[in-house]
Amino acid sequence: MTTAPVRPNPLKTRPVGGDRTWLLLAYTAISGLLLVFMRDLVADGPMKMLQPVLFGGFLLSLLFAYQWKAAPWAKMLVFAAAIVFVLPFMGRSNTSYFDLMIQMMIFSALALGLNIVVGLAGLLDLGYIAFFAVGAYLWGIFGSPQFAEVTGNPAFANGINPAYFWLFIPLAVAAAAGVGVLIGLPVLKLKGDYLAIVTLGLGEVIRIFANNLSVTNGPQGIDAIESAPVPWLNSLAHTLGFAEDQYRLFFLYILVLGVIAVTIVVNQRLDRSKIGRAWIAIREDEVAAQAMGVPLLKTKLLAFATGASFAGAMGVIFAAKQAFIDPKSFDYFQSIGVMSMVILGGMGNIPGVILGAIVVTMLNLMVLPTLSEVLQSSFPNINQNLDPSKYQRLIFGLVLVFMMLYRPEGLLPSERRKHEMHSDDEHPAVDSITTENLNHGGELGGHLRDGSGAETRSPGLATRRDNERTGSEK
Amino acid sequence: MDLQTIGTILLQVAVGGLSLGVLYAIIALGYTMVYGVLQLINFAHSEVFIAGGIVGYFVFEALKDASLNGYLKLIVACLAAMFVSGGLNVLIERLAYRPLRGAQRLVPLITAIGVSLVLQDSLRFLVGVRGLFDLSVNLPKGFTNSITTFLGVNISLLNLQVKDIILIGVAGLMMLGLNLLVNHTRMGRAMRAVAHDRQTSGLMGINSDSIISLTFLIGGALGGLGGVMFAMKYQALNAYSGTIPGMKAFTAAVLGGIGNIPGAMLGGLVLGWVETFLGVVSLFQGIPGLHWLGAIKAEYKDLGAFLALILILFFKPAGLLGKATTEKV
Repeated sequence: MTTAPVRPNPLKTRPVGGDRTWLLLAYTAISGLLLVFMRDLVADGPMKMLQPVLFGGFLLSLLFAYQWKAAPWAKMLVFAAAIVFVLPFMGRSNTSYFDLMIQMMIFSALALGLNIVVGLAGLLDLGYIAFFAVGAYLWGIFGSPQFAEVTGNPAFANGINPAYFWLFIPLAVAAAAGVGVLIGLPVLKLKGDYLAIVTLGLGEVIRIFANNLSVTNGPQGIDAIESAPVPWLNSLAHTLGFAEDQYRLFFLYILVLGVIAVTIVVNQRLDRSKIGRAWIAIREDEVAAQAMGVPLLKTKLLAFATGASFAGAMGVIFAAKQAFIDPKSFDYFQSIGVMSMVILGGMGNIPGVILGAIVVTMLNLMVLPTLSEVLQSSFPNINQNLDPSKYQRLIFGLVLVFMMLYRPEGLLPSERRKHEMHSDDEHPAVDSITTENLNHGGELGGHLRDGSGAETRSPGLATRRDNERTGSEK
Repeated sequence: MDLQTIGTILLQVAVGGLSLGVLYAIIALGYTMVYGVLQLINFAHSEVFIAGGIVGYFVFEALKDASLNGYLKLIVACLAAMFVSGGLNVLIERLAYRPLRGAQRLVPLITAIGVSLVLQDSLRFLVGVRGLFDLSVNLPKGFTNSITTFLGVNISLLNLQVKDIILIGVAGLMMLGLNLLVNHTRMGRAMRAVAHDRQTSGLMGINSDSIISLTFLIGGALGGLGGVMFAMKYQALNAYSGTIPGMKAFTAAVLGGIGNIPGAMLGGLVLGWVETFLGVVSLFQGIPGLHWLGAIKAEYKDLGAFLALILILFFKPAGLLGKATTEKV
């Protein structure tokens, strides 16, 4: 085993040799507990609060596993077991977990898309959910009885052939990117604040259209949206003991996993590509970037369209999962929700953004509803207005404000930065301030402490910082 | 459709758009003042404004049975709302924006969005514990009376109410007062100096922190007054109903050239007219050749604001009255 002492907080300490035994043991214990208790805890009463706690603990254990400096195979084993075994198993015993997990991943992909726009390129997009709506309505109209209503052709009583689902994912990508370019062209020449208000307006425009057009069936929304038929997956699900009404979720779970994997790879590639560096340059200083030969409008437009295309694809999947969409799912508040995911997790950092999406989704769809259920069953006469699930905005708002005030880099700052902050323990105080300031990777709020940290900059430190950066940026 | 009907509709649009437009303009002033000084879009302004409306509701409710003159009740409501909203705005600035001075521009902007969400639910909570959600405002008697004659001319077709006249009058007074304050007082000069260059004005002996607080106080007070006017105009509001008018007022401020006080008024009026016009434009489908106007339902009037914004920004990126800024390198 290892000689390094095992300390209680794996997030802060990094045993040099890597301690896979502890990781595997802790992980097995938590998922074992989860699997044993999850079935019996569906009971009502205050005990119900254990559900989100246990599930949260399980997800947290995955984060620990990710952060722990164990051998890669141990990490891979943990993640594979979670994805292939534990999560589907839980989904089988309780469909609402399946639903929650798919929703988490949809929002993760959305947040990763917004991360490109806001996190990398620094363009504040307050109407991001509009692109999501474009994708959702595209498949929603074609893949449901609504298509028969629109065309007046009774042959389409169940929409077009569900196998076209696969075609509609690239179509939605193209449509969302197209809308992104259309809206971006006139406004991306403007300064950041103007962009914020125009994108806000775009979100509003899409919502008004969804609410009033006959194609979208107005506020009643579209019902009975199909999903792609995959017979072999259904028979696999059958073999694994899933109920028939869970086949669809099983398929979407697998699909979303695939999409997330693609999204992460694309995000990583973009982050390290020439265009990614151009985005970062624009975020840091538009004028300087332009002077260095970065084509401003083209680069911004590309960021806008790329982020939008992610949202478009996820919209199709969202429509297939919900089987029902209405304009309420796509309002301004939802855009802010996705943004708070990006900010909470750590803008510009892929694992951070996913963490943010998981935390916020879990809060919205599990913790708050369970809390209000428990409250209502324990105090039946409680005022309806004290219902915790009605205060999502408050929570989003507090997240945004406190993150900006105290930790603008997010819960999970990027690995590189953490490495820089802890690599040198000789004068940690000075080091952490300066490196955080200067090597922020330009995260949002990178200049937050410029004032307080300015005097600690010295030529010596700056030189070393430059060396470090080239060393870690292989 | 004969000419007289068209004329009446257009006149109605002009008057209705005026009363809507000045409402937007009042709210827009709060945005534009803060933006002028801090270059910050104060998203929380729409909640500060609706907080004023809610205060107004409670004042009207409390004074419902008091044997006071209706106008006196309105004045009390306005003062209370201005006090609360102004204080709220100063508090927000202290707690949320001041620690972020000098941060990257996105940071305070996101904070402002966060503050606005927090305020929405806090207002909902404060009102909600009384078992209320949608407030319907009982105005003093006489405010909703229609005006039938103006200078001896019969204008009963215009559907103009006393409250619209009050709204337009209050807005006019406010803009006049603000203009005097900013352009003709020592305090206004200090505000303009801070807006122009915070550091240099500090060297000249201006305490920029207190000037910024003052700006927030005035902006908030204007917002509160706007809130009472909103409550008076629509007579229905809840904790979330500030968002859309807030957005539109901000659009108005951008349209007119943000940071520019006459611009905010102009933008508000343009928006009010565009919106009111789009609301009734489908009536013109009876005119030969214009039948396609029937497709523009009244619901689409909200689109007008944003289409106008995009259109105007496309041709005048700094807004109608804004001056193009050159980046200092």
